[in-house]
Amino acid sequence: MASLAVPKPPARTRRSLGGGVGPIGLGVATLWLSLIVLLPLAAVLTKSLEGGLGGFWDAISAPSARYALLLTTAISALVALINVVTGTLIAWVLVRDDFRGKSLVNAIIDLPFALPTIVASIVLLSLYGPRSPVGIHLYATKPAVILALAFVTLPFVVRSVQPVLMEVDREAEQAAASLGASGWTTFRRIILPALYPALLGGAGLAFARAIGEFGSVVLIGGGIPRDTEVASQYIAKQIETDRPASAAAVSVALLLISFAVLFAIRWFTKRKDVG
Amino acid sequence: MALAATFLALVVSACGGASDEVGSSNSSESTNAAATDGGGAEVKLSLVAYAVPKVGFDLVIPAFNQTPEGKGVTFSQSYGASGDQSRKVESGLPTDIVNFSVEPDVTRLVKSGQVDEDWNQGEHKGIPFGSVVTIVTRKGNPKGIKTWDDLLKDGVEVVTPNPFSSGSAKWNLLAPYAEKSNGGQDPKAGLDYLSKLIGDHIKVQPKSGREATETFLQGTGDVLLSYENEALFAERNGEEVEHTNPPVTFKIENPVAVLNTSKNKEKAQAFVDFLYTPEGQEKWAEAGFRPVDPDVAAKHAADFPEPEKLWTIDDLGGWGKVNDELFEPETGSVAKIYDEATS
Repeated sequence: MASLAVPKPPARTRRSLGGGVGPIGLGVATLWLSLIVLLPLAAVLTKSLEGGLGGFWDAISAPSARYALLLTTAISALVALINVVTGTLIAWVLVRDDFRGKSLVNAIIDLPFALPTIVASIVLLSLYGPRSPVGIHLYATKPAVILALAFVTLPFVVRSVQPVLMEVDREAEQAAASLGASGWTTFRRIILPALYPALLGGAGLAFARAIGEFGSVVLIGGGIPRDTEVASQYIAKQIETDRPASAAAVSVALLLISFAVLFAIRWFTKRKDVG
Repeated sequence: MALAATFLALVVSACGGASDEVGSSNSSESTNAAATDGGGAEVKLSLVAYAVPKVGFDLVIPAFNQTPEGKGVTFSQSYGASGDQSRKVESGLPTDIVNFSVEPDVTRLVKSGQVDEDWNQGEHKGIPFGSVVTIVTRKGNPKGIKTWDDLLKDGVEVVTPNPFSSGSAKWNLLAPYAEKSNGGQDPKAGLDYLSKLIGDHIKVQPKSGREATETFLQGTGDVLLSYENEALFAERNGEEVEHTNPPVTFKIENPVAVLNTSKNKEKAQAFVDFLYTPEGQEKWAEAGFRPVDPDVAAKHAADFPEPEKLWTIDDLGGWGKVNDELFEPETGSVAKIYDEATS
C-alpha cells in the first residue's frame, strides 16, 4: 500500500508542473511578492538616492544617524543573544517539564506578537518609568530599550526551538547519560548540535525584528539623540521634520544590515546541514 | 470555466463596489444641500490642529453645538505636531478646518491653493486665540529659573520640541531671541544665545509641544519651554510642576483657517466665526488660552498677567521674514545651529 502510494505524488507533481497550475502559481507568487515587498523596497531605495550617492552617504554618516544605526545594531544583537539563552530555556521547560498551567504559559509566549507594541511601551513605562510602583527607574536608558526589544522578540527563538526539541532523539541522551556524561555535557554534545539551525534561525528573526522595532521603544526609550534613540525613531524624526530622503537613506542602511545578517545565517545553517 | 465564472463574479462585485461609491457620494452631497438649507441634517467637520488646543476644542465644540448654527454638527479631530499636520493636509488629508501653531503652516496651504489668500484679512487676522511663551519648572522651582539667562546656567537641561516639526518650538526659541536681539535689531546677539541654549542645554527633541510636556512630566530635564496654556493645563491636572512667565517674553498667535476644498464650507466658516464670539472666547479663556476679544480678555486679566515686555512676530518683521531667515531648513540661521548641534 505504502510502496504504491509513494511513487504516485511525484508523478502528479511533475504533471501539474507541465499542466499550467505551476506557472500560474509561480506567477502569482512572484507578482504578489513584487507588489507587496519588492516594489516598495525599490521605491525606498530610489527615494534614498534622490540626492545621489553623496547625499545617501551624508545622510547615514551624520553623527546622530550613525550613532542610531550602531546603537540599534548592537542592541539588537545583544537582544538576539539574550533570546538564544532565555528562549532555549523556556522552550526546554515547555517541552521537557510537566506542570499545571503549561498550556497557558505556552499561549502566553505568543502574546507579544498579538499586543500592539505601543501598548508594550506604555506598560513598560508605567512599570519602570518615573512613577514606577516597583522603584525601578529605567526611563530613557539603554536597559529600557533592551527590555522593550526583549519583550517583543521573545516568541521567535522559543517557537523555532520548541518543535526541534520535541523531535530530539531521547535515546541518544539516555545513552550519553549511561556512559557517564553529565547533564551539561549531554546538552552541549547531543542536544545543542541538533538545535543549532533552529537557534540561529530564531535569533536571526529576533535580530531582524529588533532592528526595525519602533512602537515598543518609542515611549520607554526616551529617544535621546546619541544616547537612546534607535534607528526607527531617528527615521520617524526625519519624516516629521520633512526630510524624507534622509529617512529613506537610513531605512536602506537598516535593510542592508538586516538582509546581510539573515543571509549570513541562512548560509551558515545550510553549510552546517550539509556538513 | 470555473476560472471564467470567478472572473465574472469579480467583475460584477467590482462594479457593485463602484456603484456603491457613487451612491454614497451622492448621499453626502445631498446632506450638504440639506445642511446649507439649514435643514439641520448631520454635518461632520474634520478639524486638523496642532498638538495642544484639544483642551480648548473640548469646551468650544459642545458650546458650538448649543447654538442654532452648530446643532447636529459633529467633528472628527486630529491633533499633532503643527508642521507635521500641515504637511499631511497639504498632501491630501481630507480636512475642513485647520488650526496650527504658527502662520507659516497655514501659508503652506495658501501656496498649495487649499486656503484662500484672504484667510487672515478679518478683524483678528485669522487668530482666534493665543498665549505667551512660559518657563515651566519642577514644583518649587528648585533651580530658581525665572529668566532667559537662567536657562544658560551650568547643568540646566531644557526640554523644547523640534522646531522643524513643532510650532511651539519656534515660539519658544523666538522668545529669548527677541529679547537678546532687541526685537531683531541685533540678530547676532540673539543667535549667540540660541547656539548656547541649543548646543549645551537641549538634549531631547520631542516632535510636538504636547510630546515635550509628556517628556518633561516623565522626568526629563529641569525646564520645559511651552505655551502658557499648556502649563496651566498641566498644573490643573495636578502635575508636580509650576510655571513662571519671564518678564520679557513672546506673544503666541495660533491661526485658524477654513479650507476652500471643504465640502461643508459654510458650516466650517460658521464654526470658525463662533470661535470669535464672546461665548467662544470665554471657552478659550477657560481652557487657559489668551482670548483676542478685548472685553473677554479684560474679564480674565487676573488669569493672564501682562509681562513687562511682550514681543510679537510683527516686531521681528512678520512670519515670512522670520521663517526665511531663521527656520528655513538648511539655510535658516536657527536651522543651521540645530543641524550643527544635533545632527
